[in-house]
Amino acid sequence: MASAYSPQRRIPIPALASILIIFGALPLFASSYQISVANEILIFALLAMSIDVLAGYAGRTSLGHGAIFGASTYIVIYWISVAGGSPWIALLLGVLAATMLASVFALLAVRVSGVYFLLLTLALGMIVWGVCLRWTSVTGGENGIRGVGRPEIIADPLVFFYTTLVTVLIFSFIIWRFVQSPFGLTLRGIRDSESRMSSLGYSTASHMFIAFTITGIFAGVAGALYALFNNFVSPSTVQLSQSVEGLLMAIVGGIGTLFGAFVGSAAIILLENFVSDFTPRWPMVLGFMFIGTMIFAPEGILGAASKFFRSGWKKNRIKP
Amino acid sequence: MSQPALVLENVVVAFGALKAVDDVSISVKGGERRAIIGPNGAGKTTLFNAITGVNPPTSGRIIFEGATVTTKPAHLRARMGMSRTFQITNLFPRLTVAENMQLALRGTGPGKFSLFGSARLSAEEEERVMSALAISRLGERNSVEVHELSYGEQRQLEMAMALVTRPKLLLLDEPAAGLSPSERIIVSDIIRALPRDLTMVLIEHDMDLVLRLVDYVTCLNNGQLLAEGTPESISANQRVQDVYLGKARDHA
Repeated sequence: MASAYSPQRRIPIPALASILIIFGALPLFASSYQISVANEILIFALLAMSIDVLAGYAGRTSLGHGAIFGASTYIVIYWISVAGGSPWIALLLGVLAATMLASVFALLAVRVSGVYFLLLTLALGMIVWGVCLRWTSVTGGENGIRGVGRPEIIADPLVFFYTTLVTVLIFSFIIWRFVQSPFGLTLRGIRDSESRMSSLGYSTASHMFIAFTITGIFAGVAGALYALFNNFVSPSTVQLSQSVEGLLMAIVGGIGTLFGAFVGSAAIILLENFVSDFTPRWPMVLGFMFIGTMIFAPEGILGAASKFFRSGWKKNRIKP
Repeated sequence: MSQPALVLENVVVAFGALKAVDDVSISVKGGERRAIIGPNGAGKTTLFNAITGVNPPTSGRIIFEGATVTTKPAHLRARMGMSRTFQITNLFPRLTVAENMQLALRGTGPGKFSLFGSARLSAEEEERVMSALAISRLGERNSVEVHELSYGEQRQLEMAMALVTRPKLLLLDEPAAGLSPSERIIVSDIIRALPRDLTMVLIEHDMDLVLRLVDYVTCLNNGQLLAEGTPESISANQRVQDVYLGKARDHA
């Protein structure tokens, strides 16, 4: 048995397996349109997880990750269709660019917390959006850039769907491992008390810098997948609403639950896609859903569910 | 023990025009147990924050173990062997006791940047955690989240976290603040049981508690040094009594 001082978390096989089964079985009965919606859900779940690492574990709410995500999308599409380069190199460059952009954001934002962190990351994201909108010669301005399609071996939507599923699952595991590491524990320490952390000898700024930059890798992978998925990029990919959407997915799913990102991403993207069939006022429905979440389950859907099951289990145990 | 562990030279901490600490010079010998007393607003905690680097002094010099640390950030001073507790409990409330101890332990050592490493403690680390918890009399609570501990237990955890780093200098900011009389006895027992070679500076309001625990007492008032001496001479000092009990009026 593991000692009490060495809380070794078990690998979250149930969570990863249910994601694999639910999404993996989807093509058996879903239409090609529904599969593409599921594909989008997976990509945005990865973006939401990258935000959740900061929001749920380090206690910093970022509104700049949409721009980091979109920067990767831009680079990938630019490299393939304008520069005519290899798509595989493009993916690498996209993630690299997102990571570098995140490290610049991090340098500027690590010393602040709370609402200042929120506003600073928001402003940095706006700068990226402004550059993409105005630098017409490179980004195509409002018209954006159209891609030239996916590489041959993942061109088929079903193959690409499974590629996304496997990539997102691998990164889910990496992110989970990351937040459970000794370094991840220091992030939770910073969330709970930054002053105590520095009095214990931690350079909280360098920890936040590393954490922010690493979440940039995750957001960059999501953005690169999105480039292959959407085959088109415009300033709306890097705009503020992208960051807000990612954050809302993390919140609806449950901040600090990591895998709640899948639930939140599914809830929001499904609403967007299916409610819009019935009413053009779907953002209103979305708004009501957020209000409902905040009132009835502020810990998010997955957070509330796990609390419910845990308390139910405890009650059962007390019974003689 | 010829070299003093901690020297403050003409330390001033000013907030705008207010000098919270005004030209204070103190020298604490290695292995000494020093108390800093004084009424509310005397500048005790501000002085602590200057020593630990939370709020560096406006002017003056701070020398720790022979090295000038006046402008060094808090986390570097911690790595040099300074350890503190907080007057207002400052723990990681949503982490377990074990996780709090692990963060305290790893802060001054290697392994804190381990991105994908194991959270498991080595046998030696576990031994250190055990002994710090034992000194602080906080056993059998490892997997409890800190916000579920009683206030007294949280104060004990403060001590355990400060001790597990094996500091050279331990700074205790009102370790018994807000505790019941019986809990105060536990805290004073803990302090008395600390290793004798550990230099300790203690802020405390409770004169009875302080005077039985320390070798030497510094009394501050309005940011300035009022008196220094052995516990006996301080408790007999007329000026200290005036500050604590109020001055007898001539026409009363």
